[in-house]
Amino acid sequence: MGYNAFQVLKEGLTGNKGWRPVWRDPEPKSDYDVIIIGGGGHGLATAYYLAKNHGITNIAVLERGYIGGGNVGRNTTIVRANYFLPGNSEFYSHSLKLWENMEQELNFNTMHSARGLINLFHTDGQRDAFARRGNMMCNQGDDAILLDRDGVRKHLPYLDFDNHRFPVYGGLYHPRGGTARHDAVAWGYAHAADRLGVDLIQQCEVTGIDVRDGKVQGVETTRGAIRANRVGIVVAGRSSQVAAMAGVDVPIESHILQAFVTEGLKPTVDHVVSFGMGHFYLSQSDKGGLVFGGDLDFYASYAQRGNLPMMEHVMEAGMSLVPALGKAKVLRSWGGIMDMTPDGSFIIDRTKVDGLYMDCGWCYGGFKAVPASGWCMAHLMAEDAPHEVAKKHTFDRFRTGHGLMDEEGTGSQHNLH
Amino acid sequence: MRINCPICGDRDRREFYYLGAADYLNRPAEGDLDGIHKYLHIRENPAGVTKDLWHHESGCSSWLVVERNATTHEIHSVTLASEVAK
Repeated sequence: MGYNAFQVLKEGLTGNKGWRPVWRDPEPKSDYDVIIIGGGGHGLATAYYLAKNHGITNIAVLERGYIGGGNVGRNTTIVRANYFLPGNSEFYSHSLKLWENMEQELNFNTMHSARGLINLFHTDGQRDAFARRGNMMCNQGDDAILLDRDGVRKHLPYLDFDNHRFPVYGGLYHPRGGTARHDAVAWGYAHAADRLGVDLIQQCEVTGIDVRDGKVQGVETTRGAIRANRVGIVVAGRSSQVAAMAGVDVPIESHILQAFVTEGLKPTVDHVVSFGMGHFYLSQSDKGGLVFGGDLDFYASYAQRGNLPMMEHVMEAGMSLVPALGKAKVLRSWGGIMDMTPDGSFIIDRTKVDGLYMDCGWCYGGFKAVPASGWCMAHLMAEDAPHEVAKKHTFDRFRTGHGLMDEEGTGSQHNLH
Repeated sequence: MRINCPICGDRDRREFYYLGAADYLNRPAEGDLDGIHKYLHIRENPAGVTKDLWHHESGCSSWLVVERNATTHEIHSVTLASEVAK
């Protein structure tokens, strides 16, 4: 079913009886051309672009839970292309362009809002680093404006500008950055993939991967065996477990990243804002809740709930930057499982098994990558060759040390990102 | 989360620094490049019982091997790394 103004009017006048489910609920067939393990944002986008860009429509997306129930519905919804290093820079630039046309592309309202993103700086050194980053963003063809203190004040009057330890010196403004409705991104890709004939199979857990003579043959699931000679593992958060089913080792350690949301408030925060001196970032949802988060809990975990010391740190950082935050009541908090790689950048690559591909290692930044990740993973699986903007994101970079993408410059080691 | 340090007793997680999997105790031989790659990067990363290295940074400064459940955060045992590495 297509969505348009005429349809809304017609259904409104006829009792809304004509709406159909947004996607079918098919029984799994015994074989497919391609199986995608994981019905999150990345898996759904991969299936969609395989069908749309490469004409492969005989695809099953296997989801253990339900569509939109994993990290795609558990993040802080930020969309941006402010990366610095070659590899990440062109990839996220490509992704942002896909975001800007996503609603038309999918015929679904993902509530993408280019409200602008401001990364604050608080020292001269940080200003230099942000100026350099801004130049890299402009060279990539994206937008960046270096704001001084008064420039920031015009946008963000509610900050504590004169905080003694962390005075605001300015900010790097990325006007095309913003947010999107995360669930709607999953539903939009699911809807669009389904319309192209992709089978979205929920409540179907993969329990084994069938490999013979170094080639993938299909998967075992809780709903029977399904054959395909191309299988994509797109299960960030559980990559280690699924890869192990095929004997594939991955350079991933799972960590928890927390997020918080307050009660609904009147519109106050018009942008996405990040604090430069404590790990804290803030935006306001369309419902009015202030959405904010901080750093990892910093030890391997699959708990999907955060620990109190990091919660305390995030609240302290938030109060340092926006003292008014103290008046708001936190409604809920949650934690998502992050696939952390040693250099903090993702992997879209072949594995040692023929026909088995992986899209993983999204660290704390998978949401903004959803469209380009699907685009590049689809290209890799259809052509058996990496896409131009994701060709640096290999498994091998860790073994060789060549082409590491350590945006933070802290070193390529598990506990540093 | 609280960790029961064998020397200092039960202490808050904030006193400890997390290094990573206890595989770090099994350093490969010099020149074994494949072994070094695995040692530095490849992780078993279990969604269950795991052993990892913690440093009691704000306490006795001991390195500890903590056996715990990565899904429930239950801690099963805490041993001095010097004893494990013997």
